[in-house]
This record gives sequence, C-alpha cells and structure tokens, in this order.
Amino acid sequence: MPTKREDASTHPLASTIKLVFHCLPQTASSKKMDSNSIGVLMTCPMSPPYLEQELDRRYRLLRFWKFPQKTELLKPHSQEIRAVVGNATIGANAELIDALPKLEIVSSYSVGLDKIDLAKCKDRGIKVTYTPDLITDDAADLGIALILAVLRKIRGCDLFVRRGPVWKNGDFQLTSKFTGKSVGIIGLGRIGTAIAKRAEAFDCPISYYSRSEKADTNYKYYPSVIDLASNCQILVVTCSLTPETRHIINREVIDALGPKGVLINIGRGPHVDEAELVSALVEGRLGGAGLDVFENEPEAPEELFGLDNVVLLPHVGSGTIETRTAMADLVLGNLEAHFLNKPLLTPVV
Amino acid sequence: MRWPSFFHRRRRKFSSPQGRNQNLHRALRILSVVSSKLMENKGVLMTCPMSSYLEEQLQKRFRLLKLWDSQMKADFLKQNSQLISAVVGNTVLGADSELIDSLPNLEIVSSNSVGLDKIDLVKCKERGIRVTNTPDVLTDDVADLAIGLALATLRKISVADGFLRNGLWKNSDFGLTTKFSGKSVGILGLGRIGSAIAKRAKAFGCPIGYHSRSRKPNANYKYYSSVIDLAANCQILVVACALTDETRHIVNREVIDALGPEGILINIGRGPHVDEPELVSALVEGRLGGAGLDVYENEPEIPEKLFQLQNVVLLSHVGSDTVATCKAMADLVLANLEAHFLGKPLLTPVV
Repeated sequence: MPTKREDASTHPLASTIKLVFHCLPQTASSKKMDSNSIGVLMTCPMSPPYLEQELDRRYRLLRFWKFPQKTELLKPHSQEIRAVVGNATIGANAELIDALPKLEIVSSYSVGLDKIDLAKCKDRGIKVTYTPDLITDDAADLGIALILAVLRKIRGCDLFVRRGPVWKNGDFQLTSKFTGKSVGIIGLGRIGTAIAKRAEAFDCPISYYSRSEKADTNYKYYPSVIDLASNCQILVVTCSLTPETRHIINREVIDALGPKGVLINIGRGPHVDEAELVSALVEGRLGGAGLDVFENEPEAPEELFGLDNVVLLPHVGSGTIETRTAMADLVLGNLEAHFLNKPLLTPVV
Repeated sequence: MRWPSFFHRRRRKFSSPQGRNQNLHRALRILSVVSSKLMENKGVLMTCPMSSYLEEQLQKRFRLLKLWDSQMKADFLKQNSQLISAVVGNTVLGADSELIDSLPNLEIVSSNSVGLDKIDLVKCKERGIRVTNTPDVLTDDVADLAIGLALATLRKISVADGFLRNGLWKNSDFGLTTKFSGKSVGILGLGRIGSAIAKRAKAFGCPIGYHSRSRKPNANYKYYSSVIDLAANCQILVVACALTDETRHIVNREVIDALGPEGILINIGRGPHVDEPELVSALVEGRLGGAGLDVYENEPEIPEKLFQLQNVVLLSHVGSDTVATCKAMADLVLANLEAHFLGKPLLTPVV
C-alpha cells in the first residue's frame, strides 16, 4: 500500500539519527572535503532506492552488481574505494577486502554480521558499523505475525475465501489457539526480548535459552536448547549466527518440540538443519513452522510448498519502508562520521 | 432387643466416614441417572451445523433435532414443534421471530456465540424464554485474530508467502511493506474483546484510542466521542462492538474517508457494521490503505472485487474457530441447557 517517504521519519529512532547526523560539527577542512571523490562500493541493490540515491549524491558510488566480471570493477577502481556498503545478502568477505587496499570502513545495511569477515577487518584496522536496534520492532512483529499466521492458518483461510464458492459448501477447518501457549526463545537479545514482551500480552509463559542466564529477566532459563524445546509449544530462533549456533536446531531439538510444536525462524537459515526440518514437517513429526530465512536463499525447500501448516517468507524481517529508511540514514550517518573523523554512531569493530 | 448382626454391620458401614462417602456417591449417581433420563426426552433444535463435538453431545444428552436435516423446514417445524424445548443457534442462524413463534413450548435459546444479533431478544423476553450466549471463552481467540489480521495486512504475509511459493524470489526481493509497531490503533467498542485487543496492541507500542457509547472510567486509553474523530486520529481502526440497530453501518463513507489512504480497517465484529459497497470502492480506488476482514454483510458471499487486491486479507468468519475455543463454547452451551432443565441458575444468561 502507498506509504509516503515522510512516514519513515515516524520511526522512533529516525529523528534521533537525523539530529545526530546533522549536528555533527564540521571542521573547516572537512567542509572543503570533496566527498564526491570518495569511492564507495555498494555490494548489491538494496530497497528502498533512497540509500543508493543518497550514496550517489554524496560520494563516488560504484555499483558492484553492474559488473558481471568483478575484476572489471576492482582493477581500475580498487585504489579509490574507501568504503563498502553491504547487507545481509552480500557483505565484505576476505576476497573483497583483500582486493581493496584503501578500504577504511564497511558500513553494513543490516544487523547481522555473518557476511563480513570481522577478523580480517580487525587485522587491517578497517572499521565496521551496522544497524542495530532499528530492526528490533519489525523482526519481533514478524515473529508474532508468523506465529499467528501458522497457528490460525491465515494464508490458508484467505486462499479458501478467494476461491469463492468453496466457503458456501462448508466452513474452513478449526485451527489452534495462540493465547496461553508456552513460548521458548533461543537468544534473549534485543529481538528475543521484544518478542517476549509481545507474547506476554497474549498470556504466553516465556522461557529462553541463551549462552548464559540473564540476571535482569523473570523468564525461565533452560541451560540447553533441547530442554527448552521439550518445555515449550512454540520455539522461536532469534540468536545471532555463529559457528556455535549453526544447526542449533537439529533432529533432537525438533523431536523434543514434537508433533504439536511450532518452530519460528527469524534468525538465519543455517540456524536450522533444513533437511531435518523438512522431513519432520512432511512426516508430521513437527506440528508447523513459520520461516523467514532458509539455508540457501533465495532457494526454499519445495517439499514444503504443499503444506498448510507452514508459512514461508522471503527474508522480509526488517523489510518495512519506515525501518529501511531509518537504517539507510544510519549507514549514511556512520559514513559521514567516519569521513569527518568523528565518533562512529554504531561501531562493531 | 437385639438387632440382627447384619444390621449392625450395615449400620457401622453407613455411619463411618467411608460409608457416608459411599452413600454420597451413590446418591449422586442416582441423581445423575435421573437427570439424564429427564433430559434425554427434552427436544433440542440445532439450527445449522456448527460443531461436530456439540452435535455429538446434544445427541447423547437430549433428543436432538437438526433443522438442516429437512429440505422443507416449515413442515419439519410443524411436525416437531411440540417437542422442542430448546434451540441451539449461532451467528449464522439463530432464533428469529418466525422460529420462536413456531415453537410453543420453547423455554430456552442457548446460542453458540457471543453475538446476539440473530436472536429476537424482545420476543424472547415477552414469551419468558431464557437466552444464553458464550462470552469470555472466545475473547482471546478473537483478539488474537484481530492482531493477526493487522499484522498480515500491514506486512503482507500471505502475499509474501505466495511470492515465495510461486518462485518469484529467485528473480527479485519482495517489496517493502509497512511497520505495525507504534502505529496508532483505534478500537470501536471497548468491551471484553476490544480491551483484549488493546492489551495486545499496547505490547507493540501502539497508542490506543477508542470510541464507545460512553467513556470507560477504568480505561487509560484516549476516548473519542465520535467514530469519525476516532478514525481521523488513528492508523488502524478495529471494529469490536456488538451489532445493534445503532451500530449498523457505523463504518460508513465518512469514517472510511477519515481513516484515509494510509489507514487500515480491521473488522472482527459483524459484516453489517461496515457499509460494504463503500468499503470496496474505497479499497479499489486507493482511498483506504488496506483492510483485514473476518466478516461480511452477506456471508458466505464476499465482494469479488476484493479478491485481486494485495492490501486486503480475507477470512471466513473464523474469529473463534480454534479447537480449544469451539469445545469451550460448546461446553458452555451444554452447561446452560443442563442448568435450565435441572432448575439451576444459568451460567451465562442474557435474558
């Protein structure tokens, strides 16, 4: 539906970001700095077009995706590129970083950092920034949306209705209640906490698994994912992706969740052993799943397409115009702070 | 006189605590059998298929007559009218004036719904017919669905799922949608369901406003004295009031215009709450941002112009259609009928 560009500024943090951004004191030399000569490499197209437009306006923007042969871009321009703007799809891996000798900063249009070689950045003294907090609400909203959509079969019912005459011959099937179901959260960070807050309003008892127990929370802690899965009806994956959390949802966890359990993944595809998940769903050993991420995006397992107890989304976790615009402002704000030698707004490294 | 020893044994047995307990259980069993026998003969008319569990239980406990068993309803009623002491109806088919008039021995209408718009309450009151409904047990489900509809509409959940299943993700990303958290929510009718919706929406950081026949002293939400004011001051308008003559078409052209091209309407009330042709043209012409609808003016008919729109979510009146709630509603219907026939206070009387 139409959403005005101006509406993005209603994001709660957007006005803060804009204020910080525009209040950054400028030195005489930086005022004279010709930012249009600073080479910034954008790794892939990103929505909304606002980010690309602003980067193009302020810097010498090079678009990686316009060059089918990457060396065509890198060879002539590698000395110019001082910044990379990447995202959750294409970040800055070792190969790219090695090809850019003048790289000073990677400003990621994402909160996840798994596509950036952080160790290499640290070695080279390359700064890294990201966009935390901004996507928290959207990701948490999506977690709840997926739960409701799976349990109440919203898409299935909508299709049932749009087929027209079908409703005249009989009602849609009974579904499963959400209120009061126990919710287990893997990873009680910003997004996990936001999901817990929302689920509590539906009277859901909340429990969690995390690397360590959190002192400032009343939710029940389980020291293992299997224990958590055995003691909840809806398991939500919201932790960050690291080598330790890869396939944290495996066969044993899926079995512990069981034929009435529902898995919600708004983390990363590799959090889940996808092959095991698919067979559990197809065989009825798992009650349902709401998935926004997959192991090999944009591929999604076709065996799931015929199931009505799953909801499959194309990685739209933070895909609202309000949030993406605020994220874009944060990327731009971090780049500007860096080139003006000011403190970065949201540094990682 | 010496009593026979067997008498002493029986006296000891019945006067002990265990004996008294056994006595009590025996008495209850006898009472239960007598009650069951009494109720088995009570004719209960079910107006339409609504719950297989409810139908089974009514069959088991009463003399069940199903109105849809016969093509010639008038004849069916004529033949069985004397038998029928109770009607079990719902939001599809209740107990209107004509039905009530045809049942001279009708004592109670136990509705498998919270809404009472399909029951002629005035006639029931005149005839001394009791009426019960199923409040509270379905509040959570309906409130959950309202939030589910708002999220599904704003974040285009169904559309995005279809995008993926139809293989379109391989060629491009799905488009951007619009955020739910923080949007202002206006609730029409702050009863049980409206309050439950407000509680949930608050957890998403949504400021809440409402319109009701009168201000609620215990509500911390902003009150608007007219529906138009409410619509002009919120981004998501939720219809959650009862359907009465006054609330029919309460969402009309003016309210829709006040909500505007970025506003969303969520209807989990009744279809007739909304002027449907006005709603359809507003959506088709882009004068309203989107809608999540569980109810329609002429169910199961739904305006086909809505089928092509991606900014609407259309459900088939499933507000309380979960396994758990359907059973809870059915149990309440049965409990009210039993209470009535056993001369006990009704659990959830309306009249």
